[in-house]
Amino acid sequence: MSETVMDRVAKATPTRVARRIKGLSDRAIAWIFVAPTIFLLLAVNIFPLIWTIRLSFTNFKANRPNLDVKWIGLRNYERILTDSDIWITMQATAHFVFWTLFFEVLLGFALAWLINRKFRGNDLWTTIIVLPMMLSPAVVGNFWTFLYQPQIGLFNYAISFVTGIDPTSFSMIGDVALAPWSIVIVDTWMWTPFVMLICLAGLRSIPDTIYEAAECDRASAWRQFWTITVPMVLPFLMLAVLFRGIENFKMFDLVVQLTGGGPGSTTELTSINLKREAFEKWRTGYSSAYAIILFVTVFGLASIYVKALNKVKER
Amino acid sequence: MSSFSVTEPSIQQKWIAGTLVIGYALITLLPLVWILATGFKSSPDSIAYPPKVTFQPSLEGYVNLFTTQMRQTPQYLAEHPPGTWYEEIVHNKGMVIAGPSRFGERFMNSVIIGFGSTFLSVFLGTLAAYAFSRYRIPLKDDLLFFILSTRMMPPIAVAIPIFLMFRSLGLSDTHLGMILLYTAVNLSLSVWLLKGFIDEIPREYEEAALIDGYTRFQAFYKVVLPQAATGIASTAIFCLIFSWNEYAFAVLLTSGTAQTAPPFIPTIIGVGGQDWPAVAAGATLFLVPVMVFTILLRKHLLRGITFGAVRK
Repeated sequence: MSETVMDRVAKATPTRVARRIKGLSDRAIAWIFVAPTIFLLLAVNIFPLIWTIRLSFTNFKANRPNLDVKWIGLRNYERILTDSDIWITMQATAHFVFWTLFFEVLLGFALAWLINRKFRGNDLWTTIIVLPMMLSPAVVGNFWTFLYQPQIGLFNYAISFVTGIDPTSFSMIGDVALAPWSIVIVDTWMWTPFVMLICLAGLRSIPDTIYEAAECDRASAWRQFWTITVPMVLPFLMLAVLFRGIENFKMFDLVVQLTGGGPGSTTELTSINLKREAFEKWRTGYSSAYAIILFVTVFGLASIYVKALNKVKER
Repeated sequence: MSSFSVTEPSIQQKWIAGTLVIGYALITLLPLVWILATGFKSSPDSIAYPPKVTFQPSLEGYVNLFTTQMRQTPQYLAEHPPGTWYEEIVHNKGMVIAGPSRFGERFMNSVIIGFGSTFLSVFLGTLAAYAFSRYRIPLKDDLLFFILSTRMMPPIAVAIPIFLMFRSLGLSDTHLGMILLYTAVNLSLSVWLLKGFIDEIPREYEEAALIDGYTRFQAFYKVVLPQAATGIASTAIFCLIFSWNEYAFAVLLTSGTAQTAPPFIPTIIGVGGQDWPAVAAGATLFLVPVMVFTILLRKHLLRGITFGAVRK
């Protein structure tokens, strides 16, 4: 390759100076490129977070900005952690997160395993299955209230068609015992494809040669499944659980449209509860402390989980 | 397949797997088909028992969606015969059209805020991702993790101070406020995804360009950007879908001028509760674009939903 002017200039410059000039301009470009992103995130995420922390030590009420704000220390935190209503909310959230993860993992993995049998047209059907996941949870959740109507709803009709139970005899979102399951069903419907897609990637990452070797060693299909398929897919599955776990812990839009937290407070997940405290009762200081507790919980659980995930990956 | 393979599933297995998957897909599609169908039902058909599978299609839902209506006396109706097909539909119910509904406006808000924030977050995200991919930045991993961690916050948790902040800056219920907010939320996705895409472009291309006398900046937009075009396009679609679907911030921070469609559609009511054909019509118009995009995106779907963690 012929020498360009740049090369000759570069050669003529003492290396140390050249490196400094090059480094400087590179660093400048790097910062110019990164700065707007960091700035916006600081303004819209970190600044509000710090503000929330500050508010959480006060009795501030956003609907009465003229009231003088008192510094009340940790009293908000104390009140939240000893509030029995909040524990009911937490239980509802735990129920929701646990069962959605359970069904989504079960169905998602099963579907991925079936799709990986590579029947004809599997790509087309995968795309169709994925559709619900991409749609607006609020709009879809609202429409599900129609499907859940006892008399005219498609869901109740389908259940009665299959089981023979009178469709008007039960109301999924009106009944205290059924409502927690109604939100689990819709979330599972929506997000099973997410777990499925990730599992499918895991299954496709397993090289055929491993199975061929196992076949040579006369390992049974059952044995192959448990000693090859499951361990190799596990890191992917755990990643899917992490994503879904965080998302469902924060769940708001779908459930608020479906049940609005009712009946009573049986499906009042933490985000819905928090919204009530902050934007209906306007207990800003109190709900700030609540928000901080939630954030620390998500962050803490996620960090522990990521450590476990990394251990599984190392194996 | 001509050669024998121990890992290729048998024909029988494929049949069973195919049947089960297709069965699941059809069940999973039912609610979506029902939305589509309900949009074309007349009011009595939509709430018939048992639920009607075959029905006389009607555009009543769509007309209700786009208009506000008033009841009128039979005398008035007789004096003012309907001029157009949609006026006739309303006329037959003993009503007249009073004016356009808010749906068009709300839908346009979704378009403006969606495209505005998508453009900004992809623009900023591309720059940041390029820098993270190519330059030595102090605390790079921490910064990247920080960017990702902003996604872990429940939207309601930051909504309180954002609400206060917007109120004092005069940004509440404005397009600009929502665009900035959604841009910030989408940045984590766009930076992570785009960094993955740019990492895959060999550095040699840029180095060759630099040797040819391009400046760093020229190398970036003449060499890297065209190479990353597919990645940028799919990132943009993901950002668009997110802003399009977002509900929590929209319902808390907008009420009138800048309200997007997701908080609006559930509030469409008719006489005595929700007007389901109109709701379904609105939902159809709102959901179909996303379905089209999903089909276009299918190759990059996995990557997008895992923030680039799984690349297939």
